[in-house]
Amino acid sequence: MTEPCADKRLLLTADLDGELDAGRSAELHNHMRGCPGCAALRDDLLSLRRTLATDIAYHRVPHALRQKLAPSTKRETAWRLPAGFAGGALAAGMALLLLPHSPDAVSTNELLASHLRALQPGHLTDVASNDQHNVKPWFDGKLDFAPPVRDVSAQGFVLDGGRLDYVGGRTVAVLVYLRQKHVIDLYVRPDAPTAVSNTANGYNIVSWTQNGFAFTAISDLNINELQQFADAFQAQS
Amino acid sequence: MEERDRRAVLLLRHLDAAYNLARHLMRDPTQAEDVVQDAMLKALAGAATFRGGDPRAWLLRIVRNTAYDTLSAGKRRGEELLEDDLADPSADAETLLSQRQNVALAADALAALPLEWREALVLRELEGLSYREIAEITQTPIGTVMSRLSRARQAMLTARDSTP
Repeated sequence: MTEPCADKRLLLTADLDGELDAGRSAELHNHMRGCPGCAALRDDLLSLRRTLATDIAYHRVPHALRQKLAPSTKRETAWRLPAGFAGGALAAGMALLLLPHSPDAVSTNELLASHLRALQPGHLTDVASNDQHNVKPWFDGKLDFAPPVRDVSAQGFVLDGGRLDYVGGRTVAVLVYLRQKHVIDLYVRPDAPTAVSNTANGYNIVSWTQNGFAFTAISDLNINELQQFADAFQAQS
Repeated sequence: MEERDRRAVLLLRHLDAAYNLARHLMRDPTQAEDVVQDAMLKALAGAATFRGGDPRAWLLRIVRNTAYDTLSAGKRRGEELLEDDLADPSADAETLLSQRQNVALAADALAALPLEWREALVLRELEGLSYREIAEITQTPIGTVMSRLSRARQAMLTARDSTP
């Protein structure tokens, strides 16, 4: 079997990782066309990458430890509106101008736009806490209704915080829950017709009404788990 | 100051990354939990001095240093740190293999890698970090990150090829 060139091993690694500039990468690929040893190593490295992706566990933090660490964050940090909040609200307003909507119904497009904007760094939560007793009072005075905030951590959905958002022609509460790495935005508003449950651009939407509130959950989580979230939330009332 | 508070809150978002790194470095779930808990407390206490940059890299660096402290405090002589300038990487892999018999699975082969190669590979392949980010977290020159990754992969390939 032909050995790879000793002086190319590092270059092959850097190229695999996308760390070579275009010129040197092209040079290396040109070299590989005439060097079976280096070409074979490149194939081996690619197959190793696939093996690592499938065989090596990504260890997520145990739920109990996450719960344990959350309160210490609560003590150490102050709750406030981040400086970017005003800008975020403005951006939401501008998004509304671009999206068709009626004053009452919340369109799928609008929800999706709001959710996607919130996923940008720094936009997800205005109040960040894993404790519903912090999140709920934060909304006091900011809305003309008091959104229910519930603990569904026992079902594996961890509260991450809340924010104000503007959809369907009014300011609403958004509760943010996490399922592993998936973000669930739960839009809460009083009354109002809600978006129907469906799927848009790979995001799932589940809606329901309960106790005079309209709830809409949107996430890239699969539909079964999002429905589990909806069921767990309703069961906690 | 408000910006720093916000960053402290952001740390909780990177808890999975913190735990994953600790788990692969310590190779033990209980020790990994201790490391993450220690690191989070340090990170939160130091959040006021955070000078910007990527909060994930900042947290992972604290996790990494905490893991190293724990490993050296535990007098784990078997976990000796590698010199960066070892000779031929393929020779290293041979040595590695003769020390560890059972590297049939990729997970075993990864666990058998020297600490500093393992951390580079985990940060690159499982977290998808760039060389610059890995260099920042491991407080190592970028060239060293590259050579550790090259050696780690060579060792993994050798382990795979020697599996019947």
